[in-house]
Amino acid sequence: MIEGKTHVESLDARHELQVADVSGLATPVPPDSTVRRMTLNMGPQHPSTHGVLRVVLELDGETILSARPEIGYLHTGIEKQFEVKKYQQGVPLTDRVDYLANLSNNLCYALAVERLLQLEIPPKAQWMRVMLCELTRIASHLIWLGTHALDIGAMSVYFYCFREREEILKIFEMFSGQRMMTSYIRIGGLALEPPRGWHPVVSKVLGRLAHGIEEYHNLLSANPIWVNRTKGVGMLPVDLMLELGVTGPMIRAAGVNMDSRKDCPHTSYEKFDFEVPVRTANDVYARFEVRMEEMRQSVRIVRQALDGMPSGPWQADAPHVLLPDRERMKTQMESLIYHFKIVTEGFPVPEGSVYQVVESPRGELAYYIVSDGTAKPYRVFMRTPSFGNLQSLGAMLEGVLIADSIAVMGSMDFVLGDVDR
Amino acid sequence: MLPDAVAQNPAVAALAEQIPGAILDASVAVDGLILQIAPKYIEVVCRYLKQNQDFARLSAVTGVDWWPREPRFEVLYFLHSLARNARLRLSVRVREGEPLESVCQLWRGANWYEREVFDLFGIEFRNHPNLERILMPSDWEGHPLRKDYPIHGHKYSYQEE
Repeated sequence: MIEGKTHVESLDARHELQVADVSGLATPVPPDSTVRRMTLNMGPQHPSTHGVLRVVLELDGETILSARPEIGYLHTGIEKQFEVKKYQQGVPLTDRVDYLANLSNNLCYALAVERLLQLEIPPKAQWMRVMLCELTRIASHLIWLGTHALDIGAMSVYFYCFREREEILKIFEMFSGQRMMTSYIRIGGLALEPPRGWHPVVSKVLGRLAHGIEEYHNLLSANPIWVNRTKGVGMLPVDLMLELGVTGPMIRAAGVNMDSRKDCPHTSYEKFDFEVPVRTANDVYARFEVRMEEMRQSVRIVRQALDGMPSGPWQADAPHVLLPDRERMKTQMESLIYHFKIVTEGFPVPEGSVYQVVESPRGELAYYIVSDGTAKPYRVFMRTPSFGNLQSLGAMLEGVLIADSIAVMGSMDFVLGDVDR
Repeated sequence: MLPDAVAQNPAVAALAEQIPGAILDASVAVDGLILQIAPKYIEVVCRYLKQNQDFARLSAVTGVDWWPREPRFEVLYFLHSLARNARLRLSVRVREGEPLESVCQLWRGANWYEREVFDLFGIEFRNHPNLERILMPSDWEGHPLRKDYPIHGHKYSYQEE
């Protein structure tokens, strides 16, 4: 254990620092050295860790000698909870794993179970799913931009981004009744029929977003303070990042063209025309550029979805999986029996296992579902992107100033619900 | 002996040739090939696949508890080759108390995943740099994702600690 104080209480207290017992450290400090190591606890409660993340920093003045992230403060045992719930009851659990990109998690779970069930999803449902997931991507990136800029000091961007995100949340509320934990993408299709008049609303919001993204990009990219604080910061060799399990915009800013929407197409993504932004600078500024461009591409995808939305059913034809239409349930015996069976017993899923990969705003999201033939999953493992990305924090913060560490953590865009589950 | 799917997949066929006895079984799931690997060969197999067959990425490591079936635990490795856009699933069955060789030397990212498997299932990984609990508090007793661990936890009140 490291002796000495674990946090600095005041400016005066700094002069009363005890010299740490450095004998047990990994990189030993010579006994006659004048280096005074300070252990600083960037504790679970901290505005810039974006959640309950604890990072134990060893400092030499303002330079971080080593950073050790500690997680588990938000662990709620979601994977265990899946095992005692029926498949359809698991959908609201997925919303809350990555609470800023709910529909991406819904989608991954639904796709995995549908693959085990061998369900065919009609094109309208698939296109709606793509549209909503891309809106989720824009909403998630807006939060990232706002909070990242806020951490670095550009406070006004935060308000603009949340104002735009509000419009997207209103769209989600219109579709599902819920702003965030929508559970709108269900096994077999969508939860409810898309509401009347959704098309002009989404179209109008899209116009605002397209304009807004350009504005916020210009606000920051031309700002010398922003450029100075983000260029050249947070770099790590690409193969080390790949080995550490980094995915998503972080790895794309390092030059690796990896995007599950293109590599393992799902939900009709192959029918959409979009680009995957890749940069090579591998610093915080490059990650900013990648995410801004991703927002623009998402707007492009949503526009294509609006223009070419197919008509037809929004749910698969699977009476043993999907609840029947309410009115039909009240008058037809078969529908009533199906309804009763699905609600009380659930639907059995054939034995097997599947590893379904999806591109969440944070990176590669995958659900590994093992089914034993019953109505409850045997095991659900969530390969969440933030868990992999956060592992690289220790390596990325070595030799970095504390102020830069905030920029790096912001550029990582992790969500603790994703990390801890 | 091994199904046709193995012979058709060149990386796996090469593996079967290079390290005989490593692949105990192979099956095809909805999303691709699953190879059943003998526990003592897992690190060697991963090393071969990473260095010779271009599986540069380890997507995740996780476990499944098949109690009361024996061997009780199944540890899964999800490999990803960016160059060939191919994925492969390796499955290792271990008994309770049987340790596995860690793959942290090959992929540094396996560190947290193996810690999670240790934390939630109790499977030990040899030569792991810091095998300690990651999600549960460090003084927790028991391994929550085991099938004989109750859903509500093993105590009703944690206040006396």
